[in-house]
Amino acid sequence: MTTLDMSTTPLREVNVTLQEAAKSQSNSAFEITNPRGSHAVAVGLDGPLSVTIKGSTGYYCAGMNKSATIRVEGSTGPGVAENMMSGEVVIEGDASQYAGATGHGGLLNIKGNASSRCGISMKGIDIVVHGNIGHMSAFMAQKGNLVVLGDAGDALGDSLYEARLFVRGSVKSLGADCIEKEMRPEHLEILKDLLAKAGANAKPEEFKRYGSARKLYNFNIDHADEY
Amino acid sequence: MDKTPQTDPRQSWTFSNSVNSEIRRAAATGIYDIRGGGAKRRVPHFDDLLFLGASMSRYPLEGYREKCDTSVTLGTRFAKKPIELKIPITIAGMSFGALSGHAKEALGRGATMAGTSTTTGDGGMTEEERGHSEKLVYQYLPSRYGMNPDDLRRADAIEIVVGQGAKPGGGGMLLGQKITERVAGMRDLPVGIDQRSACRHPDWTGPDDLEIKILEIREITGWEKPIYIKIGGARPYYDTALAVKAGADVVVLDGMQGGTAATQDVFIEHVGQPTLACIRPAVQALQDLGMHREVQLVVSGGIRSGADVAKALALGADAVAIGTAALIALGDNDPKWEAEYQALGSTTGAYDDWHEGRDPAGITTQDPELMKRLDPTAAGRRLRNYLNVMTLECQTIARACGHNHVHNLEPEDLCALTMEAAAMAQVPLAGTNWYPGKPGF
Repeated sequence: MTTLDMSTTPLREVNVTLQEAAKSQSNSAFEITNPRGSHAVAVGLDGPLSVTIKGSTGYYCAGMNKSATIRVEGSTGPGVAENMMSGEVVIEGDASQYAGATGHGGLLNIKGNASSRCGISMKGIDIVVHGNIGHMSAFMAQKGNLVVLGDAGDALGDSLYEARLFVRGSVKSLGADCIEKEMRPEHLEILKDLLAKAGANAKPEEFKRYGSARKLYNFNIDHADEY
Repeated sequence: MDKTPQTDPRQSWTFSNSVNSEIRRAAATGIYDIRGGGAKRRVPHFDDLLFLGASMSRYPLEGYREKCDTSVTLGTRFAKKPIELKIPITIAGMSFGALSGHAKEALGRGATMAGTSTTTGDGGMTEEERGHSEKLVYQYLPSRYGMNPDDLRRADAIEIVVGQGAKPGGGGMLLGQKITERVAGMRDLPVGIDQRSACRHPDWTGPDDLEIKILEIREITGWEKPIYIKIGGARPYYDTALAVKAGADVVVLDGMQGGTAATQDVFIEHVGQPTLACIRPAVQALQDLGMHREVQLVVSGGIRSGADVAKALALGADAVAIGTAALIALGDNDPKWEAEYQALGSTTGAYDDWHEGRDPAGITTQDPELMKRLDPTAAGRRLRNYLNVMTLECQTIARACGHNHVHNLEPEDLCALTMEAAAMAQVPLAGTNWYPGKPGF
């Protein structure tokens, strides 16, 4: 385990060290201390690597992650794991807005709550939120799965494409073209797998599934009042 | 018997045939008109400026003998690897999806032969384009279609698109007709559905956030790549100043004549400012911040000739970008397809239904049969020729004004033909030493 102390090590040096270690495919482990809300920590990692961040981070922590496993022992600012391609990012605390935005793959596991626009424009990522999520989450979400053990705020899944949304608690309101859908056996299987990967204490049967009504997929003037 | 003299039928200026046809179309369909291209209305433009040339007080350079440099370096502020171009004319961002793979390849070939860069668009980076573009600018757009760190690192520069001249404040819509399996796969969406390109970025709001976003991109790409910020011609002074504040290496400023693949006609014609009106405020912002020439300014929107290039540079730009003109050089709106344009209800020079995917020239389409009509090698050569001609024209003017580098052109080399152009370009009305708003008058 190598420790990088951000009270004495500049951000650039931290990221270069992590990026080179990831590239070397060494599968090594790093611990980052004193992140003190720094932005863009552990971004652009491309390879198997284990990074534990001891504290809270600012914007875009773990951005564009590929293959690495990044654990934040604190909370994260906006855009955590944005555009993640693969790997796993675990947040022990809460995540601010845009968590997992545009993510293509991998698992974003948020043990606390996530703020507004969680999973916005997600493109294949799996996101599990153990607490609640804020308004406009999964806006224009394209692919992947968003699992929420708590409640969802206003306008969930607005202008949704093909992403699957699973919510155990209440949904304040659904966005345009988002509807509740039948939970079929294949969805229960997906959910079971994701809950197990995320270490979530919940049963698939407790959730409701939401998806796109697909009414807005091709422009139709008669649907203009829906948004 | 003599007939009573009749007044000739008089068409209304307000309700012209064109206006009436749009009213009838709207009444029949209930949908606004969507089209490609930029503003078609007449607005003050580079045609309203003239160069003065050398005289008793200016010493010209010999046209075919003395050197006139055209090189430009973009991204000198922060990037470890700025982009070196032989000419100050670049190819603007246009998406794969809106354009065929052949067209993107042709743009790359032409730009590379001429010593300049080309730019991706919404929809990600294609192998055709990367493979044939020596210098490729990768657009970072709100939709993030196809965005991934590998392509980010393969790019020579990164252009964060905040706005577009054809539609400042608007997003885009690639209609289902053009969403083939390949296009859909690159965008992670189903085949055949309309694909919305969002109007704002999903994970930042405002210039303070953008500064952090740029930090993230630089950290991912090792601070190597120049970061451009593209803005639409809306509030050029403040938008340029805020782009500089956010950390831009290069500001790309796109006026309302700049094209789009598909947007509402009402948006294209009624939102934004003419290119000519945008340049001086943007340059002023750079000068006020002590960043003119430190942060480079690339101007686009209606650039057609070497004269337009020279005028943009004289007003303070470092380079220009062309989009519509590049497509015309490839073969867009060529008279040889007139019969087919007519069959589509249009005519050569007016065809703008690029969103429908039925382009007879095989450029703005994903139809395999239509795409075959564009030979990327030959089209690339045409673009190379056109870029060379523009460069020669720009050099001709610069030499006539006594400059050994096109960047030495300056506002003092210009006069304006109209009051509007004089006011926008802040150069004297021809025959006077005055322009509207000039201090001291």
